[in-house]
Amino acid sequence: MSPAEAARREDFRAILGMVRPGARVLDIGCGEGLLLEMLARENGVEGRGLELSPANVSLCLARGLAVVQGDADHDLADFPNQSFDYAVLTQTLQAVHRPREVLAELLRIAERAIVSLPNFAHWKMRWELLTRGRMPTTRALPRAWWETDNIHLCTLRDFTILCDELGLKIEASMALAEGQAARPIEPQRAIENWRAESALFLLSRK
Amino acid sequence: MDKELREAAPYAQEGGTLVFGPDKPLRLDSGGRLDHVEIAYRTYGVLNAERSNAILVCHALTGDQHVASQHPITGKPGWWTQMVGPGKPLDPTRHFIICSNVIGGCMGTTGPSSIDPATGKPWGLSFPVITIADMVRAQVMLVDALGVDQLFAVVGGSMGGMQALQWAADYPERVYSVVCLAAAARHSAQNIAFHELGRQAIMADPDWRGGDYGAHGGRPEKGLGVARMAAHITYLSEQALQRKFGRELQRDGLSWGFDADFQVESYLRHQGAVFVDRFDANSYLYITRATDYFDMAAAHDGLLAEAFVKARDVRFCVLSFTSDWLYPTPESRAIVRALNAAGARASFLEIESDKGHDAFLLDEPVMRDAVAGFLASAGQSRGLGPESLGNENLGHRDLASGGLE
Repeated sequence: MSPAEAARREDFRAILGMVRPGARVLDIGCGEGLLLEMLARENGVEGRGLELSPANVSLCLARGLAVVQGDADHDLADFPNQSFDYAVLTQTLQAVHRPREVLAELLRIAERAIVSLPNFAHWKMRWELLTRGRMPTTRALPRAWWETDNIHLCTLRDFTILCDELGLKIEASMALAEGQAARPIEPQRAIENWRAESALFLLSRK
Repeated sequence: MDKELREAAPYAQEGGTLVFGPDKPLRLDSGGRLDHVEIAYRTYGVLNAERSNAILVCHALTGDQHVASQHPITGKPGWWTQMVGPGKPLDPTRHFIICSNVIGGCMGTTGPSSIDPATGKPWGLSFPVITIADMVRAQVMLVDALGVDQLFAVVGGSMGGMQALQWAADYPERVYSVVCLAAAARHSAQNIAFHELGRQAIMADPDWRGGDYGAHGGRPEKGLGVARMAAHITYLSEQALQRKFGRELQRDGLSWGFDADFQVESYLRHQGAVFVDRFDANSYLYITRATDYFDMAAAHDGLLAEAFVKARDVRFCVLSFTSDWLYPTPESRAIVRALNAAGARASFLEIESDKGHDAFLLDEPVMRDAVAGFLASAGQSRGLGPESLGNENLGHRDLASGGLE
């Protein structure tokens, strides 16, 4: 399991706690369908997935999951307005071409969005930039700048500002870190912008 | 069933023709009806005690009921043995697989080459125009007669996929799951254009005789052959043709005439020539017409999603192929968009292949695995555990005893 994948799985526990039992959930970038399976088993959720990799879609089919091949940038348009209770996007927003539009799409499709993303203002990032003067490579962001899929990195503060601009309400937020349970945070606090390696948000329209 | 088949296959195979009289007319979309209908079909495997393991396979434009059995005219193995067989995604040791020739066809089911009981002569062009929904209605009569209330799956590629979608739209409570491969929910202008080319080729053949060739002897083989050649190009991708033939010549040097100089010409001529041995020209007119008339959204003011509103509980698996330009991926995506809008359980996968539309008939491991996984998981939720598949053990026992003797 890659560190990024490990970080994803840490997210899943926290997400399970955010999703109302029996809800309709769209998992965007659902991978092999692990979260959808956990949601179905533990929350009685009727899940759907969107996944880029054909091999993963095939694995999801074998797991009995309803998954459509596609990507967040292009294929969210195929989903009707407010057809889900939750749209989930874990550790992916920083890799899409148009994060702002994708975020808006999530809340067109679903009543609430659950989004997790790495915090580029985490102290380790700042330290690497400060001391080495190079693009940081960390557990959450392991690849070099020239090979990373993460083309739209942001900080916790950037994200809360964008939510504000889009008229989104942050209903809950949690800091995620390796091997630790998710920790509820107030994302506007400057200290969290230093401390949170990665963060998870529950969003709705204001 | 012939002895050879029985020994080759460790599962039951049946086949025959069901005859329906005026007490069970087939009502047609055109407003007419057929009072005398014969449906030629094959089954593979055994219906379980719960009657829950039946899969209907719908064939494509020029296919037939011999999905996994030897074709009686060409002697070739079934047209989908990569997908249907022991250990395959559609497994006759676990599933009861049904495949019938469509209405309008020419492999035993009533079509334009059948005898019109009213005149004692072949129907010819007096046969009513049929639709995809009419084909499905005939399949319902067959499925009823076989004692199946709900099909575990309806599976089809191309025109077969259209039928599978139509099943879900018209009989949602009778379908547990649908596998729709390389298909579309409507015929595009280009699809209609190619079909019209084929039909014109047939009708331009003097041997067609206004469709009455059945009464005159002789058949419009030239016209039907050309129709097949044109259609065959649409089933292949540009890359596949180039890879297979390039500019390779049949002989050394050019003929400086109009013989088949290029291998691709020879190949197409061969495709046309063998096709006329197994297919009826009028059937080709009727079945191409049925697909041209196909537009599932038309009955719902252009809203395809409306067609699937009652199919919310059906599980759909929609697959397309990257190099299919006959029913390209956007057509499948339109189906998936409509299924999502209807709230149905839709899965979709675009399979990377350079083999064109015909990829669904070929050995495509990604397709095979996707369909196998989809059907296996659907089978689990349908309760098709090993215990309800009594014939599996039976099949192995038969095989074992055969080996001992």
